[in-house]
This record gives sequence, structure tokens and C-alpha cells, in this order.
Amino acid sequence: MGDDHQQVPGGAQLHRNTLSRPVRTFRVKMVLLGSSGVGKSSLALRFVKDEFRNTSPTVGCAYLTRVVHLNHATLRFEIWDTAGQEKYHSVTPLYYRGAHAALLVYDISKRETFIRAQVWLKELQTHYIPGSTVIWLVGNKGDLEEVRQVSAQEGQNLADEKGLLFTETSALSGEQISELLLDVAHRVYECIGAQQGGLSEWQETPFVHMHHRNTSNPLASCCKVGP
Amino acid sequence: MDGGPQKPAVGWENGMLAPVDRLRTERADSPVPGLVEGTEPGAGQQSAMFVHAQSFEDLTAEAEEDVEREAELDESGEPSEDLKVLVGEETIEKQHNDDIPPERGTKEEDVSSEAWRSHRKHVFVLSEAGKPIYTRYGTEEALSSTMGVMMALVSFVEAEKNIIRSIHADGCKVVFLAKSPLVLVGVSRTCQSDKELLRELQYIYYQIVSLLTLTQLNHIFQHKQNYDLRRLLAGSEYLTDNLLHRLDRDPGLLLSAVTCLPLASSARDVVSASLQAAKAKNLVFSILLAGDRLVTLVRKKDQFLHHIDLHLVFNLVGSSSSSREGEGWTPICLPKFNTAGFFHAHISYLEPASELCLILVSTDREDFFNMSDCKQRFLERLSKRSAYQAMKEALKCPSYSVEQVGIPELRHFLYKSKSSGLYTSPEFPAIYQSDEEQERMMGLYQDLHSHLHHPTRPLRSFYRCSETENLLAWVTSGFELYLCFSPLGTKALAHSAVNKLLKWIRKEEDRLFILSPLTY
Repeated sequence: MGDDHQQVPGGAQLHRNTLSRPVRTFRVKMVLLGSSGVGKSSLALRFVKDEFRNTSPTVGCAYLTRVVHLNHATLRFEIWDTAGQEKYHSVTPLYYRGAHAALLVYDISKRETFIRAQVWLKELQTHYIPGSTVIWLVGNKGDLEEVRQVSAQEGQNLADEKGLLFTETSALSGEQISELLLDVAHRVYECIGAQQGGLSEWQETPFVHMHHRNTSNPLASCCKVGP
Repeated sequence: MDGGPQKPAVGWENGMLAPVDRLRTERADSPVPGLVEGTEPGAGQQSAMFVHAQSFEDLTAEAEEDVEREAELDESGEPSEDLKVLVGEETIEKQHNDDIPPERGTKEEDVSSEAWRSHRKHVFVLSEAGKPIYTRYGTEEALSSTMGVMMALVSFVEAEKNIIRSIHADGCKVVFLAKSPLVLVGVSRTCQSDKELLRELQYIYYQIVSLLTLTQLNHIFQHKQNYDLRRLLAGSEYLTDNLLHRLDRDPGLLLSAVTCLPLASSARDVVSASLQAAKAKNLVFSILLAGDRLVTLVRKKDQFLHHIDLHLVFNLVGSSSSSREGEGWTPICLPKFNTAGFFHAHISYLEPASELCLILVSTDREDFFNMSDCKQRFLERLSKRSAYQAMKEALKCPSYSVEQVGIPELRHFLYKSKSSGLYTSPEFPAIYQSDEEQERMMGLYQDLHSHLHHPTRPLRSFYRCSETENLLAWVTSGFELYLCFSPLGTKALAHSAVNKLLKWIRKEEDRLFILSPLTY
């Protein structure tokens, strides 16, 4: 044991780097949305550990962290990897409320997941304040080129039409993963970090309650949804 | 540990092992263990951790009650007891009891194939409208007509104001459990009794309820009788699959008990106290697991966790990989606690590669950061003591070998302390290492178990010889014991082994059981 900070993924890294670099660290809430089985958990695992393995369907939600260093700031991504299953949909607003970045993930080899991503977008748009959330359309499973059902052009068209950003990735091969995270980081920092109070600063303490007491509870809600 | 067996051997030599009713001696004075509930080895000191669970009777009792109630409704109806219908044409024509069919089938199986038919145990779940909800093997779509027939059978008997309980046909048992709005059907070629099969169906029912709550289930089917529940269960079938696998393999589910990580009581007490200190307003249960073994459980005062609910939590944690890297946060209904609402479980591993998993159960769905904070405080506290190291050491040998007991010819045993709801068991010896052998062994235990818990003629003890092993089962008001000896053992040897084993368990109980459960 000894150093508790190791418990938080990315936390240890944060410590080392913030000591050597006098840059401010901001918290970024990022949520992964999309149908069941499109690879949200695999993307999240790539983001935080750069690993791939077969995962079982997520129950409820998983919370992971990853620190990204930019030139002028450090961003601590707090990633909410939601379950794609329908029975958990009623709790999903807890996770995308107040998110700075939302990744709408679909599987390029399954058209229905692309359609589902558009439903998620509609739902997001009824909740978010324009300019407060960076929404990124992510076509995952780029390694399944031979059974592709959604062309990259279609993805790009949808993104252009709705004013989203778009990337195709492969969590299996790791292609475009770190680029995606870095792009999201830049975008979030430019669009939201520039605003006054757009991002809250990460207080370096081993206790989570210290910083979420200072800011609003990211899970706080004003309306009740089941279950 | 204040209540350990300090004073040995009062009456031990007298061989007072016959059940003595109402003999309520102090634990310390009673090294002749536990013929009376609460004094047996492994009995908790202060209070039980779980909802008081005599045995699996309370699990099947509900189903029985339903049946009885329904039966009472119609005086003129045939007695539903021993309803045996022969449906030779309906079920599988040929028996292959000797074949060992592939245990884990795939969903793509052809349901008309012989391989599909020869699975040892099928489980089907359907709605009252006859819509398929779950099948263990094959796909639900392919089985819609089969499930239609099942529902027709249920409705046909119901129309006569009666209830179909089982069909026995040519070595095959078909067991029905109607738990509105669901109907569960088990088809088994094993020698398990109806009651055992019913118990397993009950578990499956609770698994589904734990994902959705009964309130939601009722609500859905009241509004749309024809609803396809697979939509809501999509992505969770593996939980049911895994639970069925556990039912075949895990003695805890058979005994309605859980087993503990062997750990020095001093270390366990520190871990428990650290968990106790890391409390929060809405925290109801803190559970620390090492794989499938309980390290400790701290609960809110006056709130009890039922062993079924705990097994559902075990199944959830054991089946999902997503909390490995980060922290999981999921709604879960604990049906034995409350079928109407969700709790919210914070699931995380103490270290990424560790077996130690902490589950914090809160009543508030927005409590994630509070739970996360509780975990940090627990770790903080724990790291200051040596208990964490002791626990990690204990993880290296999460079980013990039967040789340590020192009883010749003894190969394996299961011992359950009734009052604490905990059991202990050594690891399977080398000859039972294969999956087939372990499942065969579990089958033997299940058979003993069903004799001891027979609905009308329960046995207190049972000795059975076979070519491959000799078995002894014994139940008192304090414990249940199942012993497996080599075929060279004798009955006299088996009986004398009981004394010796109980004495050994008494000596080791500090390590093998949780004797002083804590509350917030």
C-alpha cells in the first residue's frame, strides 16, 4: 500500500507531472454513449490503459480517469462509461448532465447502432446548453472493414450536418484512439476552458470529497428519473 | 476474540453428540459443538449477519405457499401434491444418462438437434402470455412454439383451478414455477428432486427481479401483456448463464450460505473496523470479497442482507469485468430485501490486479462520489495497519487442504453453521479436480441435501456407500454436515470422524468464520 494515489487510475501520473510542471489541472467530465456492444468500454480501456480485451457488457456505469497534458494545461478526464443496455437508459441522464464532452459511439458494421447514435444525439440536444458540451461522433470497430455497413462518408455527413466532430477508431487495434483523446482534449480546452468558469480546477488531494464539495456535484440532478 | 473455546473438553469425552434439545450452554463451555443452534462452531458472537436463514426451506417456502394458497381456493380440485403426468410424446424420447453432454452450449445451437436435447438441465423463462424471455441453450426465437406449449400446459391446469408443479417422464423431470408475471420451467435429467430444481428456478427468478425490480416487471406486463422482456434483459443474459453455472458448482447456493476467506480473526477484525469507520449516511452494506469468498460484511444496524441477495451480488461482481479498471456504479435490486426498489452499488477492486473487491451499497443513486470517498477512507485506514498485508497473505492460500484436518479416508466435506449462515469446506482433492468430477461431487451433495430436506420425510442423518466414495450427511438444529470418504472408509469410521471434524472446526473457527460481525 503506502501510496494511495496509485488507486486512482491516472492519479499517480498526475502527481508526478504536476510537480514538475507548474500548469493548472482542470477536470473534464466525459461521457460515452451508444448502443450495447459498440465498444464503449473497450474505448475507455484504451483511453486509460491502452489495452484491449474482451469485456462483458457493462452493468450500470463505470468511472475511470485519465490525465492528458496539453501545452498550457493539464486535463483530468473523468470518464463515465455508460451501459448501452436499454434497462439502464433511465439512469443515463445522471451521467451526461453537465458533461464537457460526449462521445456518441456506433459500430461501423451495424447500421442500427448508427441510427441509435442519432437518437442519443436528439436526447442530448434536449438537455445540453449549446457551447457547453463537445459532442464527438465515433465510428468504432474500424477493423471490421469487410463487413462495414456505415461508410466513413455517412458518418462525416451526419457530423457536418449536426455540427459534431467525427472520427473513426478501432479499439481492437488501437487506431486513432490516442489521437481522438488528444483532439477531444484540445477542443474542450479551446471551447470550454476559455470561458470563465467553464472548467473547474482539480484540487490535488487524495480525497474525492474535497473537490466535489467545492464544486457542484457532477451527479446532482434537478429532476428525478427512475430507476 | 473473547468468545473462543477457551475451556476445552467438558463432556467431550462423554461423546454427547446426540442432539440435545434446549440445551443452551455458554459457547465457551460448549466445546462439544453446536448441537444447539447458536453454539455450533462458526456461530456468530453477537448477531447474525444475514437474515436468519434456517436453510433452503425459506427459499422454497414462498413457492409452496403460493401453491397451497391456490390449492385452497378450490376445494374440489385434485390435490396438487404428487401430480405426475406422463407425457411420453411431449418430452425427449431417449435417455442418455451415461453420455456427458457438452455443458456450456452456445446460443447458436440447433434446438432440434440431439445435442440440444441431451443437455442435463434446461431452464426456460417465459411471460404469462407465453412469450420467450430466456433459454439456457439455443435461442429464444427458435423456441417460441416450445414455450407456447409450456404455457398451454400451465394455463390448461390453471383453468381447472389447479397448479402444475412437475411432470415426470422417463428419467426426465419438468418443473414449473409460476411467479407472476413470469413462468419458469426447468427440464432436468439429473437426479435432483423437484424441490431442488424449484430452488434453482427461484434463484433465476430473483436474478431477473434484481435487474428490473418486481414493481417494474408488474408495471410492464400490466400495461402490455405481450411485451418482449428480452429487450430489457438484453446484455444481461450472461448473468443468468453464470448463475446457472454457479448453481451446478457452488456449494454456497446449495447450502444457502456463504464461505469466508480464511483469515486470522485479529486481521479480520481490523478490516471490519476500518469498513465500519468508513460509513456514510446512505450506506447500508459494505461487503469485502476475495473472489467468491467473503472477507467481511458490515451492515447498517437492523438491516440484514439475505444470503440470496448476497449470492446475486457475488454473481454480478464475478460476472462483470468492467469494474476492474475503474469504479462501477450500478442500480441493483436486492429482492429478498425489497422487490420494489433499487439500491446502488459501488463496485471497485482495491488494486487493479487484486482479487479483493469492495462493494458499497447505498440507497441514493447520486451517492457515487460519497461511496468513492468511503472507499478512500477505508483504504487510508487500512493501510495504516498491518491487516492489509495479512489479508494479502491470506489471499495466497484462500483455501485449505483436507489433510490438515487429519482424518484418514476423508476426502472432502461441507460444514454449515446454521445460525451464522456461513459454511466452510476444504479445496477439492486431486481426484476431484476436473470439472466433470466436481459437478458429479456436487450432484452427490445435492442428493444428500435433498434427503435431509425432504418435504415430508426429512432425514437427520444419511450414510451412503458407492463404488467411488462413501458419504455421510448429518443435520442438527445447529449445523449441517456433509462428508465424503474414500470407498475404503467404514460407517463406524465416518461416525467417529464427525466428532473429530467438529473439534477441528471449533479449533479453527476464528479463522474460518466471521465470529463478530459489525454494524455501523
